[in-house]
Parts: sequence; structure tokens; C-alpha cells
Amino acid sequence: MSKPSGGTWAPSVLRRERRGPRNAEQMFPGSSGKSLFGKMSWLTRFCTVWLILVILAAALADLIPGLPDPNYQGFVFGDGKTNEGPTASHWLGTDNVSRDILARLIYGARVSLIFAFSLVTIGIIVGGTLGSIAGYFRGLLETFLMALVDTWLSFPALIGLVFITTMLGMRNLVVLVLVGAVFVWPSYTRIARATALSVSGQDFVTAARAIGTSRKRILVREIFPNVLPALLAYSLVGLPVLIILESTLSFLGLGVEIPTASWGGMINQARQDLLINIWPAVWPAVTLFMTVYSFNNLADWVRTQAAARSAAI
Amino acid sequence: MSKMIAIRLTRLVVTVIVVSFVTFVGVNVLPGDPVNALIPIDAQQDREFVEQVREEWGLNDPMVVRYGRWLGDAVQGDLGRSLITSQPVTDEIIHRLPITLELMAVAVGFSLLIAVPLGAFAGYREGRRSDRLVSGFAQAGLSLPVFVTGLILIYVFALKLHWFPAVGWNRLSDGLGPNLKSVALPALSLAVTEIAVYTRVLRSDMIATLKENYILSARAKGLTDRFILFRHGLRPSLLTLVTVVGLNIGFLIGGSLVIEYLFAIPGLGKRLFSAIQQRDFMMVQAITILITVFYVVVNTITDLTYMVVDPRIRRTN
Repeated sequence: MSKPSGGTWAPSVLRRERRGPRNAEQMFPGSSGKSLFGKMSWLTRFCTVWLILVILAAALADLIPGLPDPNYQGFVFGDGKTNEGPTASHWLGTDNVSRDILARLIYGARVSLIFAFSLVTIGIIVGGTLGSIAGYFRGLLETFLMALVDTWLSFPALIGLVFITTMLGMRNLVVLVLVGAVFVWPSYTRIARATALSVSGQDFVTAARAIGTSRKRILVREIFPNVLPALLAYSLVGLPVLIILESTLSFLGLGVEIPTASWGGMINQARQDLLINIWPAVWPAVTLFMTVYSFNNLADWVRTQAAARSAAI
Repeated sequence: MSKMIAIRLTRLVVTVIVVSFVTFVGVNVLPGDPVNALIPIDAQQDREFVEQVREEWGLNDPMVVRYGRWLGDAVQGDLGRSLITSQPVTDEIIHRLPITLELMAVAVGFSLLIAVPLGAFAGYREGRRSDRLVSGFAQAGLSLPVFVTGLILIYVFALKLHWFPAVGWNRLSDGLGPNLKSVALPALSLAVTEIAVYTRVLRSDMIATLKENYILSARAKGLTDRFILFRHGLRPSLLTLVTVVGLNIGFLIGGSLVIEYLFAIPGLGKRLFSAIQQRDFMMVQAITILITVFYVVVNTITDLTYMVVDPRIRRTN
């Protein structure tokens, strides 16, 4: 039997011990005085820059000079063509009803990002509050709440979302966020409760109790601030999932109502004409992939940073 | 052990009842009157007739009574009749379920076939270039939405190369070849995300396992790397993977809904989708509850397998 690949056997842990830390940064992360950005790999830097770009474009879409109206169909008024290639006025060309693709991408980013960030915020506030209360006060409330959470989590979320969004007559961003919130709060509650449980046992909570702090004040001043980092870390993992969710709903025709631009909706519309003009599908697909990938990459980077730091301590 | 199983099974039954009740209420509370699906628009003005139909279908009884009646029938295998086609819902589900199950089974099987060697290898080469390559691809696979993967595959393999059909489905009874051809692209679209998830999970478990002392002693005995990796390292590293495969069933169900829509596959997901749009309440109710029950049962089985495989978990419980 041959070895799976060249090189001598060395379980990773042994290899690392033999080599030892290469520099001070590896031994004491955070000690080198480099900025956060300086510590990233080129790929993570690229992802960060991309995300900043997408967020800025989405936030400032209305202020970008020369950006066409995303719903303006030039061919109706005789001053535009359908399925046009890149031109000076349409940098990424036009789609099959002659709307500007770049403008639709930017306004679509707005839908995706508002959906994802609102849901994460709701998750942190609702889940964080309920979970902290359950994990700190314990008792019957905890038992009931966690049973509810467990049952809720056993429901496939996409099926539920498809179900509710189809039944509802009107689907704007606010309605979508509210429906999404129904399925987002349980996982946040579960994490907050687990974290609150371990925080409750810490010395500083006992100390606060000893000097006569009320339980309510401990919850607000000691428990919740320590639960928050865990929720923020989870949010970073949750953001790309939510962006995929929004685009999937839009792709199924159950996201924001047309003609509002959304990445999934753009792909769904373009897929009919793939053989005629593939670009109206390629651009949103690439944008969607890069955004989701960037969030995932950044989340991984934060995780390794946190692991390295806790290992050094 | 048997007590643990009893507790899990009780929880399973309670969850199934609660979830099916919530779905039942949800279907009935949301806007849209089932009567509108039952009778033509011009007949809806006739109040007496509408009332008669409501009475006939038992729509005037309180929700709990209707749920109890539905549950009683459902336990006996009668899920009611479709409001649109008047056909028994059970028949339609039996007709369509195999398609969705085949799709999911092929996707999971294919994913494991790729992910297990890949994850084990990446864990073995931790930090090296080959590991970074595999991990990088896994991260990319994780960032591809199912429908994008599906569209790419359709464009390349169906529209350009004409190797596979772009849409539609051939049943197993139409012959194995056509059946495999129609399952290939949809299953592969589902598999890409699964492969990424499985590979990452197995890689990190493998890294932990390879640091154990018994691996070192196996090495000292002079066993080959491959033997150690797959005979000594793999089995204890598979535990988390088993759980993740079970937990991901929920994702897979959602994914197959999207994939069936994209590839026009006449499976359960596509039927659910059309039933929701037609306001076919009986159908929606039955399929949604079936999916949830399936999901909960799979999770329970996963938990139990976990306990059977790893004696340590049995003890701590």
C-alpha cells in the first residue's frame, strides 16, 4: 500500500511543534501592531473591499451620478435596445426588456442587504433578549421557551417561507422581513440561552449578586453584553445564508414584487433567454456569488482570529 | 438506553402533533377561503349554495374539531381529497414521493462519495497547499445558491453539450438509463453545497482525530499512511458528519423544492408549489406536514444512531 501522497508522515500537530512559531505575531496574535486589514490575506482583503463597495453602492444608489433608473425600459420610448452589450451609457448592457443591468444590480443589492441586515438585527434583539432571560432566570419559562424553539427549528424554514409568501397578497420588503423574522428568532434564542447559561456561572455575576445588584440589572448590565459577541459572530455566518434565502425566494418569484430589482429575480427573468443572451444572468449570479463568498470568507477569518487569540491566552 | 429511546420517541410524537397543528392552523388562518377553490366564481354569489358546500366539507366546524378529524383520518392513511382535482391526496403523494426521495438519495450518496475522501485528505494535509485548495473550493461551493449551480449545469451540460435533458423526468419504470440521465443534473446541483458542507465537517474532525495518541502508536507500528487514515482515523471522525447529514435534510428538502421548480421535475416539492398557488388547502396541508414529519423523524434517527455509534454519549446522558 502506498502513501496517499508524497512527503513524510507528520501529523499536523507534530509538524507545527517542530517548526515552532515563525514570528511574534504567531506567538502572540494582536501584538505586532499591524492593523486588522494588514493581517488579512490578499483574498480576505479583496472580499472586504468588495463588501464595502457593495454596501456603499446599495446605500448611495440614489446619489450615484448618471446611474439610469433601474426600471426604465428604453425600447418602449425608442431610445434603447434589448439585450444590448456593454456601452458607454449601459456599462453592463441591458436585459431582455432593455433595462440597465448595472442599475438593477445596485438596487438589487439594496433589497438583499436590507433583508439580511434587518433579519440579523431582529434575531439579535428578539433572540438575544429571550435567550438571555431563559438562560439567566431559568425555571419554567426556560423549559417552555426552549421546547418552543426546538419545535420551531424542526420546521423546514424554506417551505414555511414559500408557503406564507405565496398566501400573502402583497410582498414588499417590510412584509418579507417580518415573515423571515418568524423563522430567524429561534436559532438566535438557542445560542443566546446557551451563552447566558455559561456566563451566569462566571465570578463577576456572583460578585454583582453579592453587592446586591438586582437580577434585572444583572441581566441588562452583565449577561446581555456578554451574550452579544456570540450573537454577532453567529450573525456573520447568518448573513450569507439570509442573502441566499432572499435570492432564492426572488428566483421562485416570491421575493419583492416585480418590477423591483432583486438578484434572484434578475436571474429568473434571464434564464428564459440563456441561449440568446447569457449576460443578464451572469452578472447577478457573479455578484451574488461574490457577495456571499465574501461574507463567508470574512466569517472564517474572524473565527480563526478569535481561535488564535483564545489559544494565545 | 431504552429509556433514552423512549424519551426521544415521546418527544418525536409531541413535535409531530404540535407542528402538524401549527401547519393546519396556518393554512386555515392565512388569507384565502377554500370555498373559492371549490366552486366557480359565478356560483360564489349564491349564498345558500356556498353555505351548503361549506357544510358538506365541514368548513364550519371549529378548528380543533376539524384538526382532530383530519388527524384521525391521516393516521389511517387518508389525507383527504384535493380541492382542485378531487383526487385522494394520498394517491398523489405516493405517486410523487419516490421522485423526490430518489433525487435526495442520489444527491446525498454522491456527496458522501466525493466528500469523504476529500475531507479526510484535506485533514491529513492540514495547512499544506492541497488542503488550502480543497478548503477554498469548499468555501466557494458553500457560497453558490442551489439555483445558480443548477442554471450553470443546465447551460453547460444540457443547452451547450446536449449530454443531459434540461428539464423533465423519466421514471425508473422507463428504464434505468433515461432515469439516471434525468436525475444527474438536479442531483449534482443539490450535491455541490452538500459536498462543501460535508468536506469541511470531516476535515476539522479528521484534524482532531489525527492528534490522538493511538494514531501515533499505529504509526509507530509501521502501518502505512493510507491504512491509518481510512482504518484508524476515519471511523471516529465520521460522528459529526453523520449528524450533519441528518441535520442538512431540512436544507435538502428546501433545495429540492427549488431544484424541482428549476428542472420541472414532477416531485413533491413542485406539487407543493403549485398547490400553494392554487390554494389547494388539503394538498398543502398534507405535503407540508409530511415533509415536517419526515424531517423530525430523520433527526431522531440521527440522534439515535449517534448514541449507538458512540458509547460515550450514551453514558453522559
